[in-house]
Amino acid sequence: MSLRALTPGTVLFAVLLTLQSPASAGNDWMPPVLDATVKKECGACHMAFPPGFLPARSWTRMMGSLADHFGEDASLPNDKLEIVRLYLESNAGDVVTRGRAARYMQWVTRGGTPQRITESPDFLRKHRFRDSVWEDPKVVTKSNCLACHTGADQGNFK
Amino acid sequence: MIRRLMLTTVIAILPLAVTAALPRTAIAGDARRDAILADYAAKAGTASFSAQRGETLFRTKSTGGDPRTSSCTACHTSDPRQPGQNAKTGRPIEPVAVSVNPRRFTDPATVEKQFTRDCRSVLGRDCTPLEKGDYITFLAGQ
Repeated sequence: MSLRALTPGTVLFAVLLTLQSPASAGNDWMPPVLDATVKKECGACHMAFPPGFLPARSWTRMMGSLADHFGEDASLPNDKLEIVRLYLESNAGDVVTRGRAARYMQWVTRGGTPQRITESPDFLRKHRFRDSVWEDPKVVTKSNCLACHTGADQGNFK
Repeated sequence: MIRRLMLTTVIAILPLAVTAALPRTAIAGDARRDAILADYAAKAGTASFSAQRGETLFRTKSTGGDPRTSSCTACHTSDPRQPGQNAKTGRPIEPVAVSVNPRRFTDPATVEKQFTRDCRSVLGRDCTPLEKGDYITFLAGQ
């Protein structure tokens, strides 16, 4: 590539690419949800959590019990459900072991189907805060990643 | 050439001018929302939805549902033009008032799904077609 091809736009794009890349985000990166249906349906109530935090069988169990989803009826029509289930299963932590997934998978027992990401030892170790932090009105619940990790929906959990 | 250019300009500006001339409520109008309301009207057996009843539904506290969502305002705040926050998950919620969020109540499947979830959460039961029509009518005027 000649120097003339290095327009400001190209340079900016390259810089943005570098900023976005998993390598520079270090250990705090988890591949984010990219599928529009998954983002919309899961995101209707909470940030669509990166599937890498749980193994495929956890997602299978969760998608099979949406009528009681942590106490909520989060039922989906079958066509939507299948799209979401397939995406979560095929991008699960034990399938796509990128980013933080490997660390989270260490916690999962053989055949185990954990449901709460916030019960993972890796989560707990990184979230030892005073009660007042959790009681902040903008937090509401430990699963509200975006309250503090403003780049969480892009996979950045710094 | 100049005439053609002027004509093009007029055609380009016309929709803007028409939009600007319409009253606020008409801008908020949307054929998809009208169709949703018509559907609820058919199910309710009446087309006379009431914004006032909708507002009462929006603001009244209920003890029938989840205590975290004792009224619509628990998540949508008392001002529907303001952004809200899901009282259970903390997720930010876009305003429900149509004037600030014209995409509200335009997708039938989304509307029906949200009513099912939220009515059960707030009231502990499903909303009637009349309540749904009233609610949309209230927020379409907000």
